[in-house]
Amino acid sequence: MPHLGLLHPEPLPLRQPTADPSNTVLSQSLRGLWVLVHTSRRGGRLHGDPLWVLRGPALRPRPSGSPSLGGGAGGAGGADAGGQGTMFARGLKRKCSEEEAPADPLQRQSLLDMSLVKLQLCHMLAEPNLCRSVLIANTVRQIQEEMTQDGSWCLPGPQTAGRLPRDRLVSTEILCRSARAGPPQAPDPADLASALQAVPAIQVPGAVPAGPWGRAGPGESRGGFPRSLDQVFETLESHSPGTVEELFSDVDGPYYDLDAVLTGMVGGAKSGPEGLETFASAAAPPPGTGCKADLGELDHVVEILVET
Amino acid sequence: MNYPDEITYGNKEHFRLASFSLPSSLLHWSKPPPSRTWTVVMTYQQDYLSPCLYPLSALSDIISTVEFNHTGELLATGDKGGRVVIFQREQESKNQVHRRGEYNVYSTFQSHEPEFDYLKSLEIEEKINKIRWLPQQNAAYFLLSTNDKTVKLWKVSERDKRPEGYNLKDEEGRLRDPATITTLRVPVLRPMDLMVEATPRRVFANAHTYHINSISVNSDYETYMSADDLRINLWNFEITNQSFNIVDIKPANMEELTEVITAAEFHPHHCNTFVYSSSKGTIRLCDMRASALCDRHTKFFEEPEDPSNRSFFSEIISSISDVKFSHSGRYIMTRDYLTVKVWDLNMENRPIETYQVHDYLRSKLCSLYENDCIFDKFECVWNGSDSVIMTGSYNNFFRMFDRNTKRDVTLEASRENSKPRAILKPRKVCVGGKRRKDEISVDSLDFSKKILHTAWHPSENIIAVAATNNLYIFQDKVN
Repeated sequence: MPHLGLLHPEPLPLRQPTADPSNTVLSQSLRGLWVLVHTSRRGGRLHGDPLWVLRGPALRPRPSGSPSLGGGAGGAGGADAGGQGTMFARGLKRKCSEEEAPADPLQRQSLLDMSLVKLQLCHMLAEPNLCRSVLIANTVRQIQEEMTQDGSWCLPGPQTAGRLPRDRLVSTEILCRSARAGPPQAPDPADLASALQAVPAIQVPGAVPAGPWGRAGPGESRGGFPRSLDQVFETLESHSPGTVEELFSDVDGPYYDLDAVLTGMVGGAKSGPEGLETFASAAAPPPGTGCKADLGELDHVVEILVET
Repeated sequence: MNYPDEITYGNKEHFRLASFSLPSSLLHWSKPPPSRTWTVVMTYQQDYLSPCLYPLSALSDIISTVEFNHTGELLATGDKGGRVVIFQREQESKNQVHRRGEYNVYSTFQSHEPEFDYLKSLEIEEKINKIRWLPQQNAAYFLLSTNDKTVKLWKVSERDKRPEGYNLKDEEGRLRDPATITTLRVPVLRPMDLMVEATPRRVFANAHTYHINSISVNSDYETYMSADDLRINLWNFEITNQSFNIVDIKPANMEELTEVITAAEFHPHHCNTFVYSSSKGTIRLCDMRASALCDRHTKFFEEPEDPSNRSFFSEIISSISDVKFSHSGRYIMTRDYLTVKVWDLNMENRPIETYQVHDYLRSKLCSLYENDCIFDKFECVWNGSDSVIMTGSYNNFFRMFDRNTKRDVTLEASRENSKPRAILKPRKVCVGGKRRKDEISVDSLDFSKKILHTAWHPSENIIAVAATNNLYIFQDKVN
C-alpha cells in the first residue's frame, strides 16, 4: 500500500483551548510523550522521564491570554501531501507571530514546545526522517542554550516542586541507573529540564535519554543546573503535601505500566550508536493495534489529569 | 492536427494526454527587451485507469523525480507509487517543420514496490527518490532508479520484430507434435507493433541503513554512488553484492549527531571527484584518490553566516536540499530554503553568486516551521550552457535566473494557465503595500502546491516541471 507520508489520517485531535491554557499545553506535550513511549520500538530515545514532563508544563504558570499551543501536529509528518493547504495549518490557531524569530521568551517557549512535539510525533512515522529530526533537535538545542544564557527557565515554587509519591521517583531512579549501567552515555536530564522549562523540579539524575537518538552525557550540562537539583532533593525529603500529588494520585495504573515499559525497554535495549534500530528490535507491541490501544488509554489519562 | 485522447501501447496502459500547438507570440518579461518566450508544449496528468497491483490513491501519483537522458530524447519521471513513466520525444518530420517535437509516453513500469522490513518492523516506501540515466551505449536505454533503500538498474528496450515460422511451435505458440513435422524452415523476423519493455537488470540492495537521497553515475560509466543520510557507497554496475563505503559521517555515538548528508554528485568529467552537501549548509568536495574512505574532504565550501539574519531557523534554512555540478564542471550550484547559490570550485569561502528565490518568506519562517513547509526539499537545475539556472517555489511557481544578464523570471505551472496556445506569463509576488492587478500577495500563496522537481533538456530550451501529479513541459521560442 502506498505510504502516504501522513502521520495519521487526520491530525491528532488536540484539546480545544480551555480557559486555562496550561492544561492545553500539558495535554499536548503529554499526549505526544505518552504515545512515544508506547511505540518506543520506533521512537528510540525519549525526552526524559515522562512523569517529569507531566509535571513541568502543567506547573509552569502561564500568563492569561497566552497563545495556546496550536502545535505542529497538524502539519507534522506531511510530506508532499497533507495538511499544508494554506500557510497556517488548517483549523489550528496560529501562534507564531509574523516576525522572523520569536524574540520574546513566550514565543520562544512556544517554539520550543512545538519543536518537541514535532520531534516526538515524527517518531511515530513508519521510519523517521533523520534529516528533519536532526534539524529540529538542533533548533531545540539552540533555544535551550539561549534560555540558559538568559536564565529564563523557571525555578520551582515550593508548592509546585515534585510532590510525587516517592515510589514513582524511585522507579525512575532505578530506570536511570539501569540506563547508566549499560550504555556509555547516560541521558541528559538538564537538557530536558530546560528544554521543557520543566520547572526542573524533578531533575532526577540520569533520566531517560532526551532526544530521538539520545543526547549528550550528563556531565556536560548538569553542571549548569545545580540549584534545581538541590531543590529537587530538598523537596524529595520534605514530603510536604501539595497539589501535584493530588493531581497524579488518580493515575497510578497507567504510570506503573509506564514504568514497567520504560524499565523493560531500557534494560533490553543497548543505547549508543544504533539508537533507533536497537529500540526497534527491542520488545515492542505489534504495530497498529498497540498504538491504538495506547492512544485510548492516553485519552483516558489526559482526561483525568486535566480535569483534576 | 488530431490527437487521440487515449493512447494505447503494447503494455496496455491507457493515459490521457493533452497536447498543445505552439503559437508564436511575444512574451513580456519584467524588463524589456524580451529575449525568450516560454510556451506550453504539453501537460501530462498521471491518472491511471488501468488496474493496478496496489490500491490506487491520488497520493501515489505524485511525481517525485524528473530527469532527461543525455540526449534529451527521453524524459523519465518517478512517482510516489513506485512507478516510472518514460516519455520519448517525437521525431520532427519534414512535413511539419514548425511543429516542435512533443513528448509522448514511451514506457511505464513498476520500479519499486512497498516492502516491509521484518527486522525493524518498518515499512519501506516505494516512492522513487531519484532517477539517473546512463549514457546510451547500444540500442537499449539504461537508467537507475532508487527508493529509500534499494537501487535498481533498468533496461528499457524496444521490440518491433518477432520471429515467425518456428518448427516446433505453431502460430499460436502451441507445441506441434514432432511426428507431424515433415519439412523444416528457417524462422524469419517480421515486423510487429512496437513494444517497449523494461526489465530489471541489477538490484543493489541492503547497503543502506538510512534513507537514500541521491544517486550519481560516474563519468567512467562503470561505477555510481548512492548516498543516504550518513553514508555514501560506491558501486560497480556489474557487482550487486558488494559496495564500497566512501563517506561515513555517522558519529560513534548517535547522540552526538548534528549533521546529515543531504545530496551528493560526481564531477561530470573527473571520475575521482565528487561533492556532498550537508544539513548545515556546507559542501565538501572529496577526491577518491586520496584515501579509500573519504572522511577528510579536499575542499570545504561554506559561507560565513550573516549575523544580522540570525534566528532560530537559520540552520534549518541553510540546510542544502540539492547540489548540482555545472555541465562544465567548474561550478556547483546549491539550493537551500530561500536561495540558490553558485560556487566556484576554486573558491571555498563564499559563493560567487546568490539568487533569492522567495525572500518574502523570510518573515514567515515561524509559520512555515509550524506547518513543516520549511523542511521542503527543492531541487535546482542548470540549462545546457550553464547560463540559466532554475528552481521551484510555492503556489506552483518556478523561477529562472539568467546568470549573464542577471535577469530573473517567475512562471507558474498550472492547468488553468496551460491552455492551448498558452504563453507563460511572468508572475509576481507582492510583498507589501499596494498590490497591483496581476500580482499575488504572499498570504494568498498556496503552500500545498510546491514545485520540488524540475529538469532541463541537455541542449535545448525545453523544461519539464512536476507539480504534484502533473507534469508540464515547456519550450521557448527565441524571437
